[in-house]
Amino acid sequence: MFELIGIPPQALFGQLLLGLINGAFYAMLSLGLAVIFGMLNVINFTHGAQYMMGAFAAWLMLGILDVPFWASLVLAPIIVGLFGVVLERVMLKRIYHLDHLYGFLLTFGLALVIEGLFQWKWGSSGAPYPNPIPGGYNLGFMFLPTYRGFVVLAALVICLATWYGIERTKLGAYLRAATENPTLVRAFGINVPRLITLTYGLGVGLAALAGVLAAPIQQVSALMGTNLVLVVFAVVVIGGMGSIMGSIVTGFGLGLIEGLTKVFYPPASNTVIFVVMALVLLIKPAGLFGQTK
Amino acid sequence: MAETLLKVENLQAWYGESHILHGVGFEIGRGELVTLLGRNGAGKTTTLKSVMGIVEKRTGSVTFEGRQTVGQPSDVIARLGLAYCPEERGIFSSLNVEENLLLPPMVRPGGMSLGEIYQLFPNLQERRRSQGTKLSGGEQQMLAIGRILRTGANLLLLDEPTEGLAPVIVQRIGEIIRQLKGRGFTILLVEQNFHFAATVADRHYIMEDGHVVDIMTAADVKQNIGKLQAYLGV
Amino acid sequence: MAGQMLTPTQRMIVAAAVAVVALAAPWFAYPVFLMTALCFALFACAFNLLLGYAGLMSFGHAMFFGMAGYFYGHVVKAWDMPPEVGLLAGVGGAALLGLVTGALAIRRQGIYFAMITLAFAQMVYFFCIQAPFTHGEDGLQGIVRKPLLGGLIPTKDDRVLYYVVLAIFLFGYGAIYRFIHSPFGQVLKAIRDNEQRALSLGYEADRYKLLAFVLSAALAGLAGATKAMVLQFATLTDVSAAMSGEVVLMALVGGLGTIIGPVIGAFVIITMQNYLAASGEFVLVIQGVIFVVIVMAFRKGLVGEFSEWWRRRRAPDAAKAAD
Repeated sequence: MFELIGIPPQALFGQLLLGLINGAFYAMLSLGLAVIFGMLNVINFTHGAQYMMGAFAAWLMLGILDVPFWASLVLAPIIVGLFGVVLERVMLKRIYHLDHLYGFLLTFGLALVIEGLFQWKWGSSGAPYPNPIPGGYNLGFMFLPTYRGFVVLAALVICLATWYGIERTKLGAYLRAATENPTLVRAFGINVPRLITLTYGLGVGLAALAGVLAAPIQQVSALMGTNLVLVVFAVVVIGGMGSIMGSIVTGFGLGLIEGLTKVFYPPASNTVIFVVMALVLLIKPAGLFGQTK
Repeated sequence: MAETLLKVENLQAWYGESHILHGVGFEIGRGELVTLLGRNGAGKTTTLKSVMGIVEKRTGSVTFEGRQTVGQPSDVIARLGLAYCPEERGIFSSLNVEENLLLPPMVRPGGMSLGEIYQLFPNLQERRRSQGTKLSGGEQQMLAIGRILRTGANLLLLDEPTEGLAPVIVQRIGEIIRQLKGRGFTILLVEQNFHFAATVADRHYIMEDGHVVDIMTAADVKQNIGKLQAYLGV
Repeated sequence: MAGQMLTPTQRMIVAAAVAVVALAAPWFAYPVFLMTALCFALFACAFNLLLGYAGLMSFGHAMFFGMAGYFYGHVVKAWDMPPEVGLLAGVGGAALLGLVTGALAIRRQGIYFAMITLAFAQMVYFFCIQAPFTHGEDGLQGIVRKPLLGGLIPTKDDRVLYYVVLAIFLFGYGAIYRFIHSPFGQVLKAIRDNEQRALSLGYEADRYKLLAFVLSAALAGLAGATKAMVLQFATLTDVSAAMSGEVVLMALVGGLGTIIGPVIGAFVIITMQNYLAASGEFVLVIQGVIFVVIVMAFRKGLVGEFSEWWRRRRAPDAAKAAD
């Protein structure tokens, strides 16, 4: 059947896997953006830079202290998350009362600073990170590199764990309630400013975790998150930021669409997500899973 | 009067530039049920919010069990043992009924158990998996009251719990408030419906333009109903 | 605003001084630098028109600026048309792009609007990497300067071209000034301040917003096409997200919502880039730091903070006069 339309199955499934992997990163990053926006009312433009920092943290720890990948998977998000906590305490918390635009501008400026400093120190050409689980499986219709399969599974688990944490736990209930009405939640005796700081730290940690997962697949470079964050903005516009599950589904779905475009019409693969965004704006302006907030 | 639980002196409060409270003063003894009565815009809700620390710009003195609360953020005040039920009820739409009930953290030992709360409000148990805002107005009001009973707070601040509800439900809420008083809760109630207030309260503070202008005990009200009506403009 | 702080005589003196400086500038400063700064000043004014007077922050204005440069270059170089046609193509193309992206973007508000414009600009950027007429990474090089008005104005001389660019800038600036002070501009401000109220008064807010968006895109296009004419090339830099951020920075440094602020902001940023050109990625770091400092501490920008200081300084005098 595949030969009929002139696409060899190896290429099709290879691109679909690539699409799933990209989708995994879109999902993890848009999830963090949505959670942060809900609590802080800030679109975190620094998200791409923090993803990059996660990859760099793993790469530096490996190079300097010989910390293995699996330890970095835990340590890097904590380190970058703590960096996020400091940012929130020192800067972001001073601008919550202002228009959303100022948060956008502030985090954009921070992204320039962070990416510029990394570029200055380590240049903009990438550094490779060794594959922690080399090898793969021949599935008959395609070859599956083990690590890539692991990334898709790990991302799925991380996304579902985040969903569970927000929708099914006590901390998640505080988070949801404080997103709706922080004043009342605080009047119940909950330290909302601390909850906000924690949320930002977790969202940033999630971005860093995605960065660590990406390190063995992509080159670790100062600008690895620059274009990614722009695509993730489009993903967020398409999905709407109201629903956690919506962010996950939209992220993976768009990755797949991108993969399919690479098979059937490669020149459009860079732009297809933006075209989808335009269509969604035409048909359902609030986003696929959006409530207008 | 019983031992003083809450004492408010010369409380002033602002929303942005506008000065709303101009020196409010009143007291509540332990176990009492006291109301703030007054017309719209008299400053009753602002008084409640200032006691709770939700209005940040405030001066004067508010002491709870002898501790000063002016200058403290609302989460710290809540943890002293005050609980707040807002006028708009504040039910969270992203939480189901039970999550709404369990949301406020325990601030002291001795609160009611979930079982006791469900006993008081059987409807809530039936609908405990429903989205909080899918309940009827009366059920939402009961949820808003129910959720602050678990925390162990001994001073309840209730802002117009009967607003917009059918007479039957108003009556039911009146019974519940009396029961809560019977259990030893101290209650500060803001009301516009003074017929309702008169049936439950020990004492009324009448507010006008950000001041307390008069105090009436439950016995006074019966004799001076005309005066009260003049205050409230009914 | 700035005008009301000065007496009519003072205003005349300031205006005369600005005119003298503008006319004499190419004899004291490098004309190409001045022309580039004027192009960016017009670009920043066009951006600011949308943010300051319609309350819409576009984070994708580079798509109009950069695409207009490509349009100009293609028309003048590949089609060998006169530069006037190139400028018109730049303006028209940018306006059309503005019409399409604007119609979609205004369907969402606030921060989403910024994200959508940013995403569309990124789409245009990816398009420009691949499209043949932009020459991808190399850019459109060697767009030879041709004389204007059928040979009346020779443009090989930088100083002559400077006056042409100054005229274009003044035309664009004047158009913005007229627009803001027209009834249309007043309605736009009313929509910015309270959209619900404007709607209830019967104004179709979306149409006004879209028109402002198209006008802003067209003027950004004029700036981009003029820049391509001056520098004789059009590259990917001018359609990049960094360029979209740069114009926001210019308006922010000068003062959002002030009519003269973006001009000052553009000169400040272009001057800074000129001095820092050798230090590579540090230009971006410093721009980032400026963003952070302004958002944290000087949200009114140079013009806004200055006029506040001026007013405060004069307030005691005014109080005395009132006694």
